[in-house]
Amino acid sequence: MKWLEKKWVSVSLLWLGALIIWQLGALLYGPDVVPGPWATIKGGKELIADGTLMQYIGISFYRVLIGWVLGSLLAIPVGLAIGKVHIIRIFAEPFLNFIRFIPPIAFITLFLVWFGIGEQSKIALIMYATFFIVVLNTLTGVLAVEEDKIRSARSMGAGEWQILLHVIVPATTPYIFTGVRLAMGTSYMAIIGAEMIASNEGVGYLIWNSRLFFRTDWIFVGLFCLGFMGFFTDRLFGWFGRKVLYRYGVVTAGPRRR
Amino acid sequence: MSLPAKQNTIHIEQLRKSYNEHGAGDIHYIIKDVNLVIKGGEFFVLLGPSGCGKSTLLNMIAGFVSKSGGNLKVDDVEVQRPGSDRAVVFQQADSSLFPWLTVRENVEFGLRMKKTPKAERREISDRYIRLVGLSGHEAKFPKELSGGMKQRVQLARVLANDPAILLMDEPFGALDAMTRRTMQKELVNIWRETHKTVIFVTHDIQEALLLGERIGIMSVGPSSNITDIYDNTLPYPRDVAAPEFYSLYNRIQAHFEEE
Repeated sequence: MKWLEKKWVSVSLLWLGALIIWQLGALLYGPDVVPGPWATIKGGKELIADGTLMQYIGISFYRVLIGWVLGSLLAIPVGLAIGKVHIIRIFAEPFLNFIRFIPPIAFITLFLVWFGIGEQSKIALIMYATFFIVVLNTLTGVLAVEEDKIRSARSMGAGEWQILLHVIVPATTPYIFTGVRLAMGTSYMAIIGAEMIASNEGVGYLIWNSRLFFRTDWIFVGLFCLGFMGFFTDRLFGWFGRKVLYRYGVVTAGPRRR
Repeated sequence: MSLPAKQNTIHIEQLRKSYNEHGAGDIHYIIKDVNLVIKGGEFFVLLGPSGCGKSTLLNMIAGFVSKSGGNLKVDDVEVQRPGSDRAVVFQQADSSLFPWLTVRENVEFGLRMKKTPKAERREISDRYIRLVGLSGHEAKFPKELSGGMKQRVQLARVLANDPAILLMDEPFGALDAMTRRTMQKELVNIWRETHKTVIFVTHDIQEALLLGERIGIMSVGPSSNITDIYDNTLPYPRDVAAPEFYSLYNRIQAHFEEE
């Protein structure tokens, strides 16, 4: 069964199987409840033809990217500070453990009131979705830095800032990377929620709005777009980690697992 | 080579380390009333069973652990914090080397912190990488090296900062017997070449006898102390099979069995 382990074989089989089940479902329940593969492609063509699909993907992607990058940039120094300074940690940790259970979606209304109905409220929401995951991962990373590394740097004459920059940050990089990568997933979840409730464009809006026309095929198009967007950004980020952050011990699921 | 202006003598008087100082109940001492003078350029071995506080004493000399009482001075200067005059070679190379830096970058770390110019850094790192026998491995990362090679990197890394005192905490404890023997020989050569003061912690009598000019015996904790100091005047390189070596080994062995 060696040929089954080949990636292109297993992936092709998987998708073929999924397509068959999907088509069977469509035949069983009818196109209005479960639009089949063909109906979905037709729906997709319609949306591409009038330009809305690309525009929606672009706007959703833009929101996620801005909020995710800003949220991460804000969260990394905060996580480092909480991890490094004991007194900050004493105050911050209970707060972090409280607020991380509040999902981003729960804040939508408040963020609309605070930041307006424009882009700001959506980006703020993504930042919120990103922030706590990255802070917690960075914090965990800082706490996991071996004491020997800090001691040896100190006895080689490194000052506290040098230790932070040359020991703690590089040693924490794999944790930060994991946090940022996980945050990407929650960012997509948050933006779809926000676009469903308070937006006139975006993939979330497409999925939500399709109900008015009873276009379940459009919903399927939206779902596929989300899957692909997440898949490709995650792959791209993983590739970046392997290539650029290799020396810091960033390992991502490569093409072969054991 | 001219004599150094400083003698790098370590003076330890009535040194104590305790925990539970402010709590209720008795004060527990890890080490209590340690008195010791280590001369500059000397190879001193601290020998004792596990948990006797030899690492604690070493960490106090390094400045990592604060004292609870007594005096600890290097050339009349009280030790209060880590300093680049006292380099530390840790037992676990994996936890103390920087895995994101190559061998050369690890060796140059201290120099980079001091903002030594690049050309000079390279010259110094070349010299010490050669001294520890790692030429040709400069561009490798620690994870690509064997345990013995990692300890060589640690050694080169601290030597590059030209410390007066080398503090070594069972650095060969995790190595296999053959590598260990090679490393012991090379350490002696490096010590004789560089004239550093070395304080070497071990629980292995043979290792202590192979390396040290003087061997301080630490008693079993708590409240442990240096109970005896053995002079070892055998010439280097030392021969394990020599009768003098054997008789000294037996004396120290007997010492531990009495306890």
